[in-house]
Parts: sequence; structure tokens; C-alpha cells
Amino acid sequence: MTRLVDIRLQRGTRLLLGALPIVVLLLVYLLASEARHLENPADKVLPTFSAMADAIRAFTTDREPNTDRIILVADTLASVYRLGIGLTIATVTALVLGLLLGVMPLARAILGPTIAVIAVIPPVAILPILFIVLGLDEASKIALIAIGIAPFMTRDLTSFVSGLPAEQFTKAQTLGANSWQMTIRVALPQLMPRLIEALRLSMGPAWVFLITAEAVASDVGLGYRIFLVRRYFAMDIILPYVAWISLLAIAADALLLWISRRGFPWAHGGSR
Amino acid sequence: MTPPLLELRNIWVEYGDKIVLERVSLSIAEGSFVAVVGPSGAGKSTFLRLILGQEAPTRGQLLLDGSPMRAACGPDRGVVFQRYSVFPHLTALRNVMFGIECAQAPFAARLFGAQRREARETAVEMLTAVGLEHSLDVYPAQMSGGMQQRLAIAQALVKHPRILLLDEPFGALDPGIRLDMHALITRLWAEHGLTIVMVTHDIGEAFKLGTRVLAFDKRRTDPHAPHRFGAAVTYDLPLDRKTATPSAEVLADLLQKDPA
Repeated sequence: MTRLVDIRLQRGTRLLLGALPIVVLLLVYLLASEARHLENPADKVLPTFSAMADAIRAFTTDREPNTDRIILVADTLASVYRLGIGLTIATVTALVLGLLLGVMPLARAILGPTIAVIAVIPPVAILPILFIVLGLDEASKIALIAIGIAPFMTRDLTSFVSGLPAEQFTKAQTLGANSWQMTIRVALPQLMPRLIEALRLSMGPAWVFLITAEAVASDVGLGYRIFLVRRYFAMDIILPYVAWISLLAIAADALLLWISRRGFPWAHGGSR
Repeated sequence: MTPPLLELRNIWVEYGDKIVLERVSLSIAEGSFVAVVGPSGAGKSTFLRLILGQEAPTRGQLLLDGSPMRAACGPDRGVVFQRYSVFPHLTALRNVMFGIECAQAPFAARLFGAQRREARETAVEMLTAVGLEHSLDVYPAQMSGGMQQRLAIAQALVKHPRILLLDEPFGALDPGIRLDMHALITRLWAEHGLTIVMVTHDIGEAFKLGTRVLAFDKRRTDPHAPHRFGAAVTYDLPLDRKTATPSAEVLADLLQKDPA
């Protein structure tokens, strides 16, 4: 008999099996929601799909008074802007520091301990400091995201670069490369796919920091909206918002993976 | 009289109180193919790292072309390791162009226009010489072990090194491919007038390829402090490549010390 670990599936079967738990979860939700509404037609905890559809219609047509944009669009733009700037700052910082620390043992000796200390500080714990220093505007939210993920990415990239085979650097030196040339021609290109990988792993924490900052002090944004309507038990808004955030996260992840495959085929075992 | 290409004068290498090499004195003539054999831990790799410039001797002098050599890797000494000798993120062509680009473009380390075309031509020529003319745009990960070593050799030769160092270059290859590589390196050695120092575990390979075989081993051992005596050259056998066969007793001694 075939062992369980040896069972290999075809693509179609695999997709079908993967969709099964999702369908089951939706069904369970449907049944639970119906049961609650039988008891109490005004139940807000598990809204029906039609109630959610109404809520979706409302927040995709109503306009946000401050910006005169559709609510969902205003929230999404504000959140994606903060996330984008924060991730960009973190990525650039991690790239430069990771390269520097990875290639030069001297730089690693000087900056390594500081970065290790910063990395263990829980970022949300310094959110009040950021609010006091940078104010309640965009800067503090962007800073939280950047400070939250940059140390992790820097450490990951540093250890990756310093772990590249020493033979490669010796070989480069025998081919006449100086430190700068080794950094940009040997370390940097090999670092890039790892940078994207680190960014993909950091997306989860980045969303957490974004939503935390928005929940505490904001007037627009996906996290702000969720925490605002929580006061009215508006699960019919919260659930679609959570789904939308998940969708954005999945799209960002897919985009990064695509960029990595496209830009660095050698790192994915593919051909040109 | 012209000085030998490389001369080692009474070289000692010590790590703390552990002595790795002691009293190594030898000179290597231009155009020779030196094969280095010996058991594990007898300082073969240290010897190679010395010539490569990765390591400085604790005592003694190392002369390249008659002048003291700085302990740093440079383009006058090429190297091929057993693994990780080629850059995985560059195609075969770009791997070979790397050395030319580093020399001609100190800041960008990339060439453009006519210079680039010229570098490309040189690289293609070199790749053709090692039999990779049909794999110009292939990444190392898609190559077999033998192809990767061919590429590593082409990459090193494009810099026209004074000495080519080979650190067990064919150790990971299967026997058939190894024979092909022997033919290739012999041809390149003859055609380009190379000076080669090759570390190998394979004594047959050493006697087949070398014009001179150096055997490293400890001359004396102290059972209570084995680290206090370093290895030295125990056999230095010049070979005529046509009739290269070591005497039976030397071979027996070598084989007994190195089961590989």
C-alpha cells in the first residue's frame, strides 16, 4: 500500500482539496449565522451575507467627508501610503546596512550589537515615544512600521551576506576585484532575492504595526475604520474589511514573488 | 640567471602553539605543473593558501618573481576551488567577463559599448577553449559539476595569472568526466604556458598530470604533543611526463599514508 507521505497529487486535485476547507468554513459560518438570526433577528455578531453586502455597498459608494473620496478608497489609499513609505524606508535601510555589515567584519563589530539591541525592543512599546516626538500625523505611523521591521531585515540580510561562501570572495579578489566591486557585483546581486524574501516575511508584522498605529490615533485608514465601527458592533463592516486587508496582503506577496522570479531567475532554479 | 617564478624560503606557519608547516623551502619554476599530495591535515591547503596570499607565513619569506609577496589575493594568482568557484548569479559569459570588467571599470564594474563587445569576444574565446561555447547564457545551477569546473578555469585564465592554483578541482567529479578534465587542463597548460600548483587527494592524478610531485607529511611526531611538529615536504619528485612512474617503494609509502 502507498504510504501517506508518498501520495502525490495532480494540480487540479490539489486546488480542489485546497478549496475544500475554505468552503467548509463558509458553510459553518452560514449555518451559525442562520442559527443566531433564528433566535434573535437583530443579531450583530454573525451578520448574514446579505447584511455584509449592504455594508459593502455603503462603504463603496458613500463618501468620506474630509477628503470627499469613497470611504473604502480613502481608507485603502491612506493605509497603503503609510505601509508603502514605511516598507520602503525599512527596505533601503536594511539593504544598505545588511550589505555593509555582511561584507565588512569591521562594520559588523561596530554596529552589530546596537542593531541586535534595537531588534529586541517591542516596536509597539515605543509607539508613545513616536507619538510624542513625531506627533500624531503620518510620520509616527510610518516610523513605527520602519522601526518595527528594519532591524529584523537588517539582521537577516547581514547573516545571509556573511554566510556567502568565502571562496566566492577569494575568487573575486583573484579576478582583480576591490572591496567596492565585490560589494556591488558579488554580494549585492545575490542579496536581492533574499531582500525580497525578507520583505515578504516582514509584510505580516508591518500590517500589525500599521493597524495598531491607526487604531490608536488616526482619522482615516483601514485599521482606523475597523476600530471606529467596533463601537457599534458593526461586524458587517469589520468582516469585509478584514477580508479586503487579507486580499491586499496576498496581492502584495504575489507581486513580490513575481518580481523575484522575473528579476532573479537564477535564484529560483529557472532559466533566462 | 632568472629567479624562479615562486620561491619559499624557510617557511613556518603556526596557529597559536600548533605548528602546521615547518622549514618549507622550495622553488617553483615557470611552466611547471606541481601536484601536491599528502594525508589530511598535513598542510596541503595551508600551503595553497600561502601562495594564494590568504595567509601570511609566521616565519620565512615568500618571493614571487624575485620580490617579496604581499599576503593578499591578487590577479597574478588564479584559483579554482573544488566548489563555489563560480558566481551563481551570473551566466557563464558574465562569469568570465567579470575579471575583465573589474580591471577596466573600477567604479561601475560593468562595461558598455565597444569595451563591452571586446570583453565579450575575449570571454567567448576563453569559453570556447574550455568547450563551453554552447553554454554562454546558462547559469551555473543548470550546469553539471564538470561544466562548472570548466567555467571556473575559463574565469581564472581570462586574467592570465602567473600561477594557477587548483584546490582538489576534480575531486567531486565522476571518473569519466575527470579524465576529460585531465585532458583539458593538460592542453590548456601546454597551450597557454601556464604554471600550475594543484592540490589533490588522488595520487594517480598527481603522477599523471604533474611535472613534479610534492608530498607533504610530518617528518617527526611527538605522541604526547602531536601539534608541536609541523609538516614539511617529504618527497619532491621531478617527473618526466612521458615516463612518469614513481619507484615502487615511494609509491607504497605514499599510498600507505593516504588511503584516498
